[in-house]
Amino acid sequence: MSMLAGLWEPFATFGFMRRALVASITLGMGAGPVGVLLQLRRMSLIGDAMSHAILPGAAIGFLAAGGLSLTAMGLGGIAAGLGVALLAGLVSRRTHLAEDASFASFYLTSLALGVLIVSARGSNIDLLHVLFGTILAIDGPALYLMAGITTLSLFLLSFIWRPLVMECVDPGFMRMTGSRGALYHMVFLFLVVINLVAGFEALGTLMSVGMMMVPAATARLWTRRLVPMMALSATVGMLAGFTGLLVSYHFRLAAGPCIILTCSAAYLFSLLASPAGIRAGGGSSPFRSH
Amino acid sequence: MSHGAIGLDDAGVALNGTPVWQHVTGSFAPGSMTAIAGANGAGKSTLLRAILGEVPLAAGKITLGGLRAQDFGYLPQARIIDRAFPISVTDMVLGGAWRQTGAFGAASPAVRQRAADALCRVGLEKQAGRMIDALSAGQFQRLLFARLLMTDASVIMLDEPFTALDAPTTQDLLALVREWHAQGRTIIAVLHDMHQIRTCFPHVVLLSGGQAIWGETARILTPGTLQRAYETPQATPWAGGPA
Repeated sequence: MSMLAGLWEPFATFGFMRRALVASITLGMGAGPVGVLLQLRRMSLIGDAMSHAILPGAAIGFLAAGGLSLTAMGLGGIAAGLGVALLAGLVSRRTHLAEDASFASFYLTSLALGVLIVSARGSNIDLLHVLFGTILAIDGPALYLMAGITTLSLFLLSFIWRPLVMECVDPGFMRMTGSRGALYHMVFLFLVVINLVAGFEALGTLMSVGMMMVPAATARLWTRRLVPMMALSATVGMLAGFTGLLVSYHFRLAAGPCIILTCSAAYLFSLLASPAGIRAGGGSSPFRSH
Repeated sequence: MSHGAIGLDDAGVALNGTPVWQHVTGSFAPGSMTAIAGANGAGKSTLLRAILGEVPLAAGKITLGGLRAQDFGYLPQARIIDRAFPISVTDMVLGGAWRQTGAFGAASPAVRQRAADALCRVGLEKQAGRMIDALSAGQFQRLLFARLLMTDASVIMLDEPFTALDAPTTQDLLALVREWHAQGRTIIAVLHDMHQIRTCFPHVVLLSGGQAIWGETARILTPGTLQRAYETPQATPWAGGPA
């Protein structure tokens, strides 16, 4: 096999590789822009927490459907994720605990509950699938659901763009305009949850957040403008999907980790090569004066 | 600007169960220019936020004289804004046209022209295309004033608008505040500089020991009241004592 043929032959030959490619392109397109906003809102770790929080809902969906069903697990995951987000928000408003502290408590509870449910009723193989995903076993309905989620998130993002951005920069001003900042915050958390659910079957609960955060961090090193940042984040995710699948195919390695590690390679390269990377030194304060 | 006065009637606010100020009665007449003064922790910003309905009252009531939320223009303390967020100066100013564009509408050429004019008015026309993280502290405050210009609000509330600014920037922005006052807008500003209050603000609310002393600046800001206001130990959530 020539070098060039090695780039397309796996996809031309195997249906499961084609589906995996479409899945990772779809995931990158949706999760990339959401990840950028998540980071800019300084909520990177909340994304991580959310990916764990959706586990019990997904586990219940898994058991109810009698196996890996993205629809059942997705609906369960969305319910659990939004439940944890609402509870964490409620606790942070009613007590002196910050939102991240209440998130941490709830997501750990949620994760333990999820593992308990899967291990009590399923097998170790099931648990592995839920935690790490099976991108090479994606079927048609799962692809449709992923594509639907990506379409919905891009549409919702563009629809609530202005209030979302203004809420990030200056929440006080949003309240002043009589806008319901909390509502947009919840819509955004909903976007985070559905994108994590989309990445669920492909990359598992533990790694689906990787497709959201690592391309976003990479993109932030190359541009300071928001829209190009989101486009770049999506592009990095999609290219990492393609490259990661090829690496996994040719070197007989697990596909999910290969995709995330390709994202990590892009991130490391950007750290070294981009103008805002480590070459920029310690003077990278956003509050530059002149 | 046809609206009634903003009135506080025996109003009180508590944070974590400890009163910040209480039994506050007074009013901001339409077109008046009032400074809010007091020591750190006296509840100056809390008073602005209580009028805006962001802080619930523990007692009494606040009447807005027919004003709606969108009639208020509010300049928050610069430190609560995320200045590292990648948004351009022009986009930030266009946020002030919220009443015209709403959450989803496009900014018309007329609105864009107003934004350009507002930037010009505060001397930021050359920075229009830059990102907000490239602005100095003074330029950023000018930007927030330009956004306030865009809101065309009847009541303008400023929370420490001149803190950490150099003299030329302060003078420019103070001139803008006076212009708003001359146009008949109501100005309420949290300030620390007593000289500024005495020379520019005819009325003052001095928060002191959990109470408010309200009236004409020359009458209220006496050495005695100032000493009491700035030497009274402030109630803290962990002190537990009455304010």
